[in-house]
Formats: sequence, C-alpha cells, structure tokens
Amino acid sequence: MSLRVLNGFKFSSLKTPVHRLDPRAKFLLVIGIIVPSLLFTNIYMLAGLLIVQVPLLMVGRVTKRWLQSLRAGVLLSALIFVVNFFTGPLVNAVALTLRFLLLMTTFSFFFMTTSPDDLGLAIDKVGFIRWLSRRWLGYPNALSFTFTTAVRLVPTMAVDAQTVVDAQRSRGLELDKGNLLKRVRNYIPILIPLLLIAIRRSLELAEALEARGFPGKEGRTSLFELRFKPVDYLLLGISLAGIVLSFWVFFHYRVPTI
Amino acid sequence: MALSSVDLKIDSGDFLAIMGENGAGKTTLAKQLNGLLKPRLGRVTVDGHDTTKKSVAQLSRKVGIVFQNPDHLLFSETVREEVGFALKNFGFEPGVVVKQVERTLESLDLAHYADTSPFLLSGGERKRVALAAVLAWEPDYLILDEPTIGQDYQQKERLRNFILQLNSQGKAVVMVTHDVEFVAECNPKVVLMSKGQIVAQGRADEVLSDDGLIEKASLVKPQMAKLFSQLAGFGFPRDVVDVHRAKMLLAEKLSEVRVRVAQSS
Ligand SMILES: Nc1ncnc2c1ncn2[C@@H]1O[C@H](COP(=O)(O)OP(=O)(O)OP(=O)(O)O)[C@@H](O)[C@H]1O
Ligand SMILES: [Mg+2]
Repeated sequence: MSLRVLNGFKFSSLKTPVHRLDPRAKFLLVIGIIVPSLLFTNIYMLAGLLIVQVPLLMVGRVTKRWLQSLRAGVLLSALIFVVNFFTGPLVNAVALTLRFLLLMTTFSFFFMTTSPDDLGLAIDKVGFIRWLSRRWLGYPNALSFTFTTAVRLVPTMAVDAQTVVDAQRSRGLELDKGNLLKRVRNYIPILIPLLLIAIRRSLELAEALEARGFPGKEGRTSLFELRFKPVDYLLLGISLAGIVLSFWVFFHYRVPTI
Repeated sequence: MALSSVDLKIDSGDFLAIMGENGAGKTTLAKQLNGLLKPRLGRVTVDGHDTTKKSVAQLSRKVGIVFQNPDHLLFSETVREEVGFALKNFGFEPGVVVKQVERTLESLDLAHYADTSPFLLSGGERKRVALAAVLAWEPDYLILDEPTIGQDYQQKERLRNFILQLNSQGKAVVMVTHDVEFVAECNPKVVLMSKGQIVAQGRADEVLSDDGLIEKASLVKPQMAKLFSQLAGFGFPRDVVDVHRAKMLLAEKLSEVRVRVAQSS
C-alpha cells in the first residue's frame, strides 16, 4: 500500500492550464493553503480549503491519481484519527485528520502538476538559494540541482523499494505480523537495503557527474526562462492576500474548531 | 497484462532455464511461483495448492527465489545472521538454524566469511551470500534470477556444479538467464519466452541451435552452435551446443580422416 502513495506525488507531463502555471506562483498558492491550515483547526475552513482544490485537480486532470493516493493514505489518517480521538475531543480528531488530508492533497496537487525541471528553474531564480548554495557547496546551481535530482529519483526509489519488499517477503518476512513493536522492527530488513542503495547510487551519480565535467563554468544559462503571465500574478495576489489575512485573523481572533 | 498463454509445469527434479528478451516477463513469471504476484486470470498451483489461497511465506517455504541483485536483500551485520534470517522467519528450531547455516556456508565456500559483514564482500561474493540465504532452508523448488551475472569463470563453474548437484538430489532448479554459454554447458530444458508468452520449450541443444527461435527471443547462439551450423556441409549435425559433444563429434571425424590418410599413403 505504502508505495501507491508515491504515485500521487509523481509528475505527469500533461498540457493543462494548471500545468502551465508558473511554479513560483503555484508554490505560493501551496503556502497560501498551508499557512491557514496550520494556524487554524476550524473544520469548515479546512474542508473549504480542501474542496477549493478539487476544481484545480480536475482542470489538471489528476483527480484520479489524487483519489488513489488518498485511498493509500487512509491507514495513516485512520491512525491520526484514533490517536487524537483517545487524547482529546472528537472535533479535534476530525480537524486533525482533515488537516492531514488537506496537506497531502496540497502537496500532491503541487508535485503532480509541476515538472521537476520547472521547479529547478524556479529555485534557481531565488537569489537567497543561489547565495546559500555558493556558500555551502561552492556553486550557485548546486541546491536546485540537488533538489531536481532528488525529485527525479523518487520513481526509481519506488521500484527499488518494491523489489526489496519482494525479496524479503520471499525470505519469509511477514510485514504485518506481530505486535506494534514487532511490526516496526519488521521494516528494518526493508529500510537498510534501501538506505544503502540510495547512498551507493548518490556516490555513483556524483562520480558520473564529475566525469562529465559537472559543474562546468559559472553563469550557466538555461534553455527555458520562466515568465509570469497575468494568471500567475492573479494567483500570486490571492495567495499573498490569503497568507496576510490568515496571520491577521490569527493574531486578532480566536477561531473555534467548530 | 505482462503474461498471457503461459502453460508450464515444473516437476520436482526438473532443471529448467527460462530465457527471453528484456521485458519478456521472466521475472514476472518467477514472482507468480511464490505468490508475490497472483494471477488475475488463470491458475498457478504449487504442489496442488492454489497460490491465491496461500501466503507468500507459506509458498516461499517450498519455492525459494534468489533475486538478481543481492543489494536488494542484504541487511544483517554478519553473513551468518543473513543466512539464518529466513530460517528464523520460517520458525526453525535454534539448533537446526545453526546447523543449516553452517552447512550452507560450507557448501558455498563462504564459511570463512561467516562473521564478516556482507557489505564488505565483493559483488560476486555478495551474490553467493544471497544464494546461501535462500538455499539454507532447502526449498523444493529453487528459482535463480540471473545467477551468473558478475561471476568470474571459476565461480560460474562452481555454480554450475553446485546447481547440477542440487538437481541430482531431486530439487527442481529454474534459472532465469541471458547467458547462452552457461545454458549450453548445463544443458537443462529451455523455456523460451517472448512478449509475455512461452514461445518454445525443449532441450537446450534443440532450442539454442534454432535460428528462428534464437532471433525471436533476441538471444545469440552459443559459439559451438555457430561453429556447427557452418560445418553442416561436412555432414555434422547442427544441434551441437556444448563443448563435450562437439569434441566427441570432431574426434570421431578426425580419426576417420587419419585412417583414410594412412590407407592412401
Ligand atoms: N510492477 C510492475 N507493474 C507493471 N508492469 C510491470 C511491473 N514489473 C514489470 N512490468 C512489465 O512487465 C513486463 C515484463 O517484465 P519482467 O521484469 O518480467 O521482464 P524480464 O523478462 O524479467 O526482463 P529482464 O530480462 O529485463 O529482467 C515488462 O514489460 C515490464 O515493463
Ligand atoms: Mg528480470
């Protein structure tokens, strides 16, 4: 089950208005949704923020995969619900579960409709990141490159994870057997090979990059340039307004859970 | 659908090589055999039990699969623990675990690495540990995915002898491989797959010397088969794939020639 969740975060190359939005504006929209959902626990508001995204998912033609990832995340939301149900009032449990689903939806929406390449370009535009990248790694594009590479490796890692699970199950490992502690420990034979594969792959990737002259000269240009369109400015305005409004309300009022 | 029209029966004591192009469905077929994948249509049975009614753990007790890449399964601190892992999962007695582990390490020439971390071993050695980790519980059916990759010549020879020995003890051995020379030397029954279907089954020398089948499964003929298809004009049979039989045939011909030369002089 856990692997199907990843499908809901994988980019699919479609040509829809949602895919064409500027990644920076889209990212601000994500922040504009996350800020209020973390500041407040009001059920109506959380539900509203969730529902608002449905048309976007539909326009982006990723509704089906979003639903699949939600279904795969049902176990975790059930866990969140149960834990909070026993430690507080019911509305709280509902609100926190809703918050989890909302966050998952928002990130899922963003990653499903934003190509890693665009994201890399967007990150490269941020002066602070370039500065940080040069200070830490000696090369202004290093952080954005790291990020795009990481995103791009997710599907490969998912295949590896599936193979590791298959290999260990073939050795009699039963993941959902035993009490809670045992079940957590069952994952050790899965996690260690995965971790080692990831480390080994990153070392090999670094060598392969250096062998091809990476990072090259400074002042690298890119084939595509990001440019804000009117709709991006609109999105930007709405998101910023939402963020400011959220903070303003947060500091001036107490918003009830229900 | 990755597989269709696959009708295959594997008896205890069989020795099989599954061959075919990349993406032909070999690994998919292997995963059907211990229930990692269940058929959506059709039936897979192991010793009469439908795989949809048994857990992977139950089926694996009988059908041991050694995956292609050892990095996908090694995780323990020592080779000894690695090999014992499955035995504990299957609920063997502690005494039996120790005995089986020692025996398996011995037979695969790994005993001196028992207390070493598997991650410190070379690629070929790690592959042998992966094999040991499955052999230790003595499954009735052993499935090896690409067992010869990364093995030097000597290890391949050892592996061949080892497989033949297991097979002669009555274990069914199924190897998935692209290594035609290895198959030619082992001479198992060959199952040829292409595009998710079984396109041919037969003796290694028949299948591997058949031009049409070889091309269909994007294989290359073994060296001996190439040689003998060129020698067909001299009255040699075409279906020669292993060195042993080639030697017999050539020696026979040569001694005939020698006799004729002696007579004429
Ligand atoms: N988890 C999966 N989901 C969907 N399709 C898959 C999955 N795994 C493999 N396939 C597809 O099934 C087909 C058969 O794959 P399989 O791994 O069985 O090939 P193979 O014969 O083992 O190839 P190779 O020689 O490369 O190992 C391929 O087309 C592959 O893309
Ligand atoms: Mg394969």
